[in-house]
Amino acid sequence: MFSNLDFTNLDLQKLVFGRLSLADIPYHEPILLVTFSVVALGGLVVLGAITYFRFWGPLWRDWMTSVDHKKIGIMYIILALVMLLRGFADAIMMITQKAVAFGPSEGYLPPHHYDQIFTAHGVIMIFFVAMPFVTGLMNYVVPLQIGARDVSFPFLNNFSFWMTVAGAVITMISLFVGEFSRATWLGYPPLSGADMSPGVGVDYWIWGLQIAGVGTLLSGINLVATIVKMRAPGMTMMKLPVFVWTSLCTNVLIVAAFPILTAVLVLLSLDRYVGTHFFTNDLGGNPMMYFNLIWIWGHPEVYILILPAFGIFSEVTSTYCGKRLFGYASMVYATVVITILSYLVWLHHFFTMGSGANVNSFFGITTMIISIPTGAKIFNWLFTMYRGRIRFELPMLWTVGFMVTFVIGGMTGVLLAVPPADFVLHNSLFLVAHFHNVIIGGVLFGMFAGVNYWFPKAFGFKLDPFWGKMSFWCWLVGFYLVFMPLYVLGLMGVTRRTQHFDDPTLQPWFIVAACGAVLILCGILSLLVQIVVSIRNREALRDTTGDPWGGRTLEWSTSSPPPDYNFAFTPVVHDLDAWYDMKNRGYARPLGGFKPIHMPKNTGTGVILGGLSVAFGFAMIWYIWWLAALSFAAIFIVSIVHTFNYNRDFYIPADAVVRAENERTAVLAGRV
Amino acid sequence: MSIAAATSALRARAQRLAARAGLLRAALVLPLTGLLAGCNLVVMSPSGDVAMQQRNLVIASTGLMLLIIVPVIILTLIFAWHYRSSNKAAVYDPDWHHSTQLEVVIWSVPLVIIIALGALTWISTHTLDPYRPLSRIAPGQPVSAETKPLEVQAVALDWKWLFFYPEYGIATVNELAAPVDRPINFKITASSVMNTFYVPALAGMVYAMPGMEMKLHAVINKAGVYEGLSAQYSGSGFSRMTFKFHGLDQGGFEAWVAKVKAEGKDLSREAYLDLEKPSEREPVRYYASAADGLFSRIVNMCALPGKMCMSEMMKIDAAGGAGVHSHENRERLRYDNRHIQQGDEAPGATTPATGRAPRSEPRPGDTPPASGHGGHDHHEQSKPGPNDSLAPAQRSNN
Repeated sequence: MFSNLDFTNLDLQKLVFGRLSLADIPYHEPILLVTFSVVALGGLVVLGAITYFRFWGPLWRDWMTSVDHKKIGIMYIILALVMLLRGFADAIMMITQKAVAFGPSEGYLPPHHYDQIFTAHGVIMIFFVAMPFVTGLMNYVVPLQIGARDVSFPFLNNFSFWMTVAGAVITMISLFVGEFSRATWLGYPPLSGADMSPGVGVDYWIWGLQIAGVGTLLSGINLVATIVKMRAPGMTMMKLPVFVWTSLCTNVLIVAAFPILTAVLVLLSLDRYVGTHFFTNDLGGNPMMYFNLIWIWGHPEVYILILPAFGIFSEVTSTYCGKRLFGYASMVYATVVITILSYLVWLHHFFTMGSGANVNSFFGITTMIISIPTGAKIFNWLFTMYRGRIRFELPMLWTVGFMVTFVIGGMTGVLLAVPPADFVLHNSLFLVAHFHNVIIGGVLFGMFAGVNYWFPKAFGFKLDPFWGKMSFWCWLVGFYLVFMPLYVLGLMGVTRRTQHFDDPTLQPWFIVAACGAVLILCGILSLLVQIVVSIRNREALRDTTGDPWGGRTLEWSTSSPPPDYNFAFTPVVHDLDAWYDMKNRGYARPLGGFKPIHMPKNTGTGVILGGLSVAFGFAMIWYIWWLAALSFAAIFIVSIVHTFNYNRDFYIPADAVVRAENERTAVLAGRV
Repeated sequence: MSIAAATSALRARAQRLAARAGLLRAALVLPLTGLLAGCNLVVMSPSGDVAMQQRNLVIASTGLMLLIIVPVIILTLIFAWHYRSSNKAAVYDPDWHHSTQLEVVIWSVPLVIIIALGALTWISTHTLDPYRPLSRIAPGQPVSAETKPLEVQAVALDWKWLFFYPEYGIATVNELAAPVDRPINFKITASSVMNTFYVPALAGMVYAMPGMEMKLHAVINKAGVYEGLSAQYSGSGFSRMTFKFHGLDQGGFEAWVAKVKAEGKDLSREAYLDLEKPSEREPVRYYASAADGLFSRIVNMCALPGKMCMSEMMKIDAAGGAGVHSHENRERLRYDNRHIQQGDEAPGATTPATGRAPRSEPRPGDTPPASGHGGHDHHEQSKPGPNDSLAPAQRSNN
């Protein structure tokens, strides 16, 4: 790095553009050229439509600068869906390459390109699909479920979102300017170090994660504070909806785990940028330390993703079975036990590193112990269904699909926790099948259940059931078609991340898997069609009650979509399943006595800081030092200036509340 | 009321769904069993005693877990079907949400299974610890005290495997052989990045790490030719970093050693340095002899002349360190940067350090590693790229 700061030998191009040159733009690469054209055309269409419909003003005022947790939640989910398309494009390229690259055929992706694709796939699916999905749903639902008007720190929420977007943008830029990392989604050194991975790839990875990580950490702090401090009166901890409990545990995990990721990435950055030797082979560095550090973050991360999904399944099961959740207390304890245990298992990701039998068996057994509370959860859902009256709406379909699929993934997970069994299955396609089994069958199914469940709350109309079912069956069948062959291939000793195979007997399995991937593609397309069809048929799918499913928790007590202030009066909670309890006790909606409501004011600072972070990350990646210094100074100044902005709140006047509530009264009356 | 209409529609839907679910399962299971019969599940039918014990462990743990998984799946489907809203005959009890007996069962049954599995794990992890010398070569055949194990030193190079046989003084590339029923002691290391050494038919894998010596104890019980590979992604040539492992009878093994001695050249330090340069699709090579202490030099990261061995540094440190003079040793201890300094493409290089256009299709002979070891002049292989005038990243690291 220091040689780049050598001012005795000035090179103007280097000074202005760092190591970036025209040669780094892959305009000769057909796959990327097509992608770029599609993205550019799509982008132009979107921009044109925004201009044509004069949407720029509302977009800026009502969405980008919004500090409303509901809008931020929706934007997170849109980000997740957009990135899902990119992540899936990577997935289908990988599996088709694997299906054709046998013997003399090289396939269409050389290792240099293939390696970037599997790295990008993992990074995008975890950090920019699963995480925004989870954060978005928590953002939208948690304040409503605890009877709050917003999160504790509304501006921080907006800022967190834009930092996540900034990380995603940096990752996406690598597609068209330079290259992405080839060092796998966790960037293990020594491979990811300066000597083994020179170039911009790993730097793109580092800065994308580092910047998005700031957003994740801050949003974690925000939601912990919200759940701890902003619950409606009467909502004691053991009356919290289960989704809020799982969100609380997830955010505690985020607050405790993400700083480790930040720290380990800083250490790796120091290795790469200033020549330290934390994780190099030579000069006393120790790559094994990196494995430990990254997985001390990485294993809790798995539970960060799955716990909210467990919460969603609990809400969904209880609602559609028309029955209080079986074993609420044991569900809560199970969640807390999982939260604590998730810090005691990280070494199971590298049993094969030679830690010795005592250490390996300790971590193997702690891992197995996690399956006890998880099993208890499965049984709780099972016995919630028992003596229920199950309506198979879309969220419930996803839940049953999850229960059947997830236990298989859980079983293979426990199998991998037996160290000597892991010795033969580690890094194999069996492992790949296992974690897709729990992440697709657990996290993603949970997110789809959640989206179908809360969509009518967010937009006032249900999602189309036909296309929803298409999506469900395509995903479910597609999942089994892709990953069951991968389990088998793992038992055939086939390892992951291979770009080419010599043994032709493997090919049929990969072809089946590729067909499954096409089916999953149909599932994703059905999801998009479902959204479009639902918007077009919104009048037929309209829900005027605010409570389309016979819900049990507080979010269903307000209108759909909820007013900016969520609740005209803060509800008072007497029992678990507060809304069900209120309905049973003949709750009457207050029709008068409305007061002005104190609300946070929108601000553009989050967007600006996000934009500056992209500039800073890009400058650091390409060694454009002047821009890095400038954007960092700008981030610093904008942050300071924002603290002097005292114009942060306003009151929704009482008559505006009266107007909104009267409108709702009229709508509700019109229904009866 | 609209609810009645909705439920009847739902009933029809639920029936259709359940029927489809049943069909689906049948459709999935049948071709699976058919296909399984025709393929080689090497992990499930290995030829070495260690891998066989690991296989048995996989089966035992799976069986133990199926005790709970199968009932859960069946109960899920039965409950989902039986308590569908259209089935008015089913009991509906909206306030039933607690049962102490059931809670005890749902926590204790998994607990019991995990206790059993945990015990199995503790015992098997200790008996199958890769560092532990073998106590048997097959069930009921303990290793006798006078049995001398075969020592093999394995090095994961970028992207081929080098094996030393200290007992015979020979070395091979991408071919491993061992006599049937004789315990093998592997010592495993790597030259630049991490890999795993894995012969699925023989035993589980362990990491091959630069600057580290890993151990693995195994035995092959059946003669045959088996696949060996790296299971840890290590850069461009990773997919083709495979080798054949030959399990041979005693006579066959001796003949093989004789063949290596007859056909092989000498693996001098220079020859090794040439060999360790990144290259893909390496043919099998034999070396009749190898330089003294070469494996130890590789482990200590001082195969390159002029470098200080880690063991030497550790001795200095153990004696209290070299104080301010240790700065003089700094360059002698740098080892990771040797390929870049020689102009070879690093295993994970990306633009602009690759010296080639982003993600382009490699043309034949385009990738520097593929050009092989024809010449000893390393600089011949450094390839000026289109953006060479810009800073290749390696400069920034000096």
